[in-house]
Amino acid sequence: MAGLTIDGVTKKFGEMVALDRVSIDVADGEFLAVLGPSGCGKTTLLRLIAGFEALNGGSIRIGDRLVSSETTNVPPEKRRVGIVFQNYALWPHMTVAENIGYALKVAGVGRAERDGRVAKALALVNMGEYGERRPANLSGGQRQRVALARCLVAEPRLVLFDEPLANLDVHLRASMEDEFADFHERTGTTIVYITHDQAEAMALADRIAVMDHGRLMQLATPQRLYHEPADEMVAAFISQGMVLPADVESAEAGGRCRVRVLGQELVVRCSPGEAPRAGASVCCRSSQLAPAAAGAPGFDGSIARVIYRGGSARIEFVPDAQPDLALHFDQPDPVSLNPGDRLRLALSDGWLIPAGGRG
Amino acid sequence: MSTAGRSRQGQDLVLTGGIVAIIVVFSLLPMARLLQEIVLPRGSFSLDVVASGLVSRTTWIATWHTLAVGIGGTLFALVAGVAVALLVSLTDVRGRQAFVLCYVTPLMIAPQVTALAWLQVAGPSSPLLNALGMAPPIGTRNPLYSPEGIVFLLGIQYAPLVFLIVRAGLRKLPRELVEAAQAGGAGRFTVLRTVILPLMTPSIVGAAALTFVSCVGNFGIPAFLGIPANYLVLPTLIYQRLAGGGPAVLSEVAFLSVLIGIIAMVGIVLQDRLSNRRDFRITSTSLPAAPYPLGRWRWVVEVAMWLLIVFILVLPLLGLVLTSLVPGYGVVLSSATATLENFRFVLFDHVAARRGFLNSLTLSAVCAVFAVFVAIPLGYVIAWGTRRWVKALNLSVELPYALPGVVLAIASLLLFLKPIPLLNVQIYNTVWIILYAYLARFLVLAVRPTITGYHQMDRALEEAAQVAGAGLFTRLRTIVFPLIAPAAMAGGLLIFMTALCELTVSALLWSSGSETIGVVIFSFEQGGDSKYAAAVSAIMVAVTFLLMLFAGLFARKLPDGVLPWRD
Repeated sequence: MAGLTIDGVTKKFGEMVALDRVSIDVADGEFLAVLGPSGCGKTTLLRLIAGFEALNGGSIRIGDRLVSSETTNVPPEKRRVGIVFQNYALWPHMTVAENIGYALKVAGVGRAERDGRVAKALALVNMGEYGERRPANLSGGQRQRVALARCLVAEPRLVLFDEPLANLDVHLRASMEDEFADFHERTGTTIVYITHDQAEAMALADRIAVMDHGRLMQLATPQRLYHEPADEMVAAFISQGMVLPADVESAEAGGRCRVRVLGQELVVRCSPGEAPRAGASVCCRSSQLAPAAAGAPGFDGSIARVIYRGGSARIEFVPDAQPDLALHFDQPDPVSLNPGDRLRLALSDGWLIPAGGRG
Repeated sequence: MSTAGRSRQGQDLVLTGGIVAIIVVFSLLPMARLLQEIVLPRGSFSLDVVASGLVSRTTWIATWHTLAVGIGGTLFALVAGVAVALLVSLTDVRGRQAFVLCYVTPLMIAPQVTALAWLQVAGPSSPLLNALGMAPPIGTRNPLYSPEGIVFLLGIQYAPLVFLIVRAGLRKLPRELVEAAQAGGAGRFTVLRTVILPLMTPSIVGAAALTFVSCVGNFGIPAFLGIPANYLVLPTLIYQRLAGGGPAVLSEVAFLSVLIGIIAMVGIVLQDRLSNRRDFRITSTSLPAAPYPLGRWRWVVEVAMWLLIVFILVLPLLGLVLTSLVPGYGVVLSSATATLENFRFVLFDHVAARRGFLNSLTLSAVCAVFAVFVAIPLGYVIAWGTRRWVKALNLSVELPYALPGVVLAIASLLLFLKPIPLLNVQIYNTVWIILYAYLARFLVLAVRPTITGYHQMDRALEEAAQVAGAGLFTRLRTIVFPLIAPAAMAGGLLIFMTALCELTVSALLWSSGSETIGVVIFSFEQGGDSKYAAAVSAIMVAVTFLLMLFAGLFARKLPDGVLPWRD
């Protein structure tokens, strides 16, 4: 196993910049998820790490070994990475055992040792019985396990997952998520996991790299990503956060500062060293918004829509102070609010998005 | 760069270099040589050849004839092919698979065999008409020896081609488009006229262009039907000139063959213009439209369709078989006079015929195997390669097949008339020149299904092998080859079937000792031995059927649309 160092990597396709100076450090044995909307460059990043594409700037190291730079490009077959492909990419003309043993055969490993290692890999994914089957005769989950065993058997220094759950139905997804977590725990493999599904990334990863338009927006633990987004894009992308305009009125003290949001005075969490400034943004979650108690401070507006969701309703609210802003919060049953109702909302907490992180 | 990197680049270079070499030798070289002969005869620029060709009256008559039968045959094939495609694709007729198989079969039978078969049906000595007492009197001319006869047979030969292309287009027609028109209040025929046919324009125009090129380049049908009527088209004119004048007239026939090439190209360019005029792209994909119930007309339509099969397939083959059983010219066929003597003669006694069988079998087998092994790496570079210019080479592989066979035959003649430089090997007047021309001409028949196969294959299968540590050649051998082989082999089979009875190229390139079956049939017929020609043809038709049957055995492993006769 080895860590992965991506340093200032840039990739262009003609005029289009697919990756713009992306730097990520992955520790040995870490599970890193790369998360972003489609077209954000995450698949390009995977193909660069695997060596299928050459980069235009920066460098990639696996462990201590430089594998990609402007002048070096170690071919994929020499990088010793494993990939779990979106469609598994099991070879239909080989049995399960032949699929798994392929890398060893190519490397010239002797028959006896090969059989042993294949059997071990099969056992690791609980597929011991299935060595002589053809991939076509396996279920989706079984294929996924074979794909895992196949990429493990050659003892790669790094395993890349390319949206492995994108084609599975909801039930299978949940159980495969458990298996991946299990797999990581048992093998301690360094994993880079590409996905566009934040729930998946949150559930599995030690850290998540959020990407957008070819740039790395934030690299942090799931909790930190949720509570302390580095910029407006991450704030809005992760769990549909709301971004509100704010003026900072006091300097940071004890991780908090005073702000004015839509006319309401409020103390929010912030990063160290924040000083008073205008034109700042605050990220808040729907759980931090609620109708204000009678006479309490807050901001007035009207309800635009009420969407019942079973057990609770999502209320969409337009503040008078800034009608282009759409806020939403949940009201549990019994739902009493109706479209057109006037209401005063209060914000209980929030996160001041650091200066310079305006997306 | 590491050593590993260099060896990978080495393999990549060897592969690309090999592919480029093959394309140059089998595609660019013959075309370049042909152009050189016309514009730079004897090494200096001159338009004499062009000028003398242009003032010749025979050139213009043959050109006019070529255009006439080309356009006539195309129209005939279009009407028949489109109508049948609409019936089969849009209505609820039964027995579709069997019908498609029978309807497409004429395309698999060599044109000269079709011509021969029809001549046996229609002529005064027709065993069939004689048995029915309907034969024209002995001494009258066979009515098929005429331009109308040529147009008729070209139409029958190529209607399946139109059918296949239009049917493929109709299958992609999403049912929402039809249903939206119906919901808008349009009746069946209005939908057909305002939605279905307009959307099929690219298919129909494409089919028309391909059919036109095939008709213009066809040699077998105008040779059997036109030469006796002294109705010459460009391919038969070239054949006659070359047969009479030998290599001395090469410059002249080179000009004629380029003329055919230009006519064919005009057809293709016109097609391009027509289909780019409007947006016909179909974006969504979904289930095909629900078949239109014919109600009580269904059985009428079905009977009509099977009568059509009787007419275009059973009747001519019956004529062919009956003629092959006739003991001699003018003898009325009956159960008492029928004989297998003709088969015995062509299979065992006639030296040239025996040699023809052997030559054709060897040529087509070698050609098919070669093409399969070239098509797999070639398809890899074209379908999955990253270099743009290699993809452009795809066009040049298509060229020798897109152009009429006569063009390539003349180009091969010019190329090998003198011994090959450096090697000092003479392949002119041997079977090798035919092999060269076959390889050049038919390679694309294996490349096309192979590329289809690549496009339907998940590239990740190869990438998975790459991250497992396999180099380029290892991947090609262990992953790509086993997975793509069925598609390439289906292409090889098509080549085998096409080359087996090929006449256009070998008629111009054969010499004593290197006869092909096509040439043998042609020679028998020209010498008045229709019964022997019919016997050889009947054997070849039987072989074709067997091969189609054989291909059906592994059809399930093939990408869709690789075997034309499978619906």
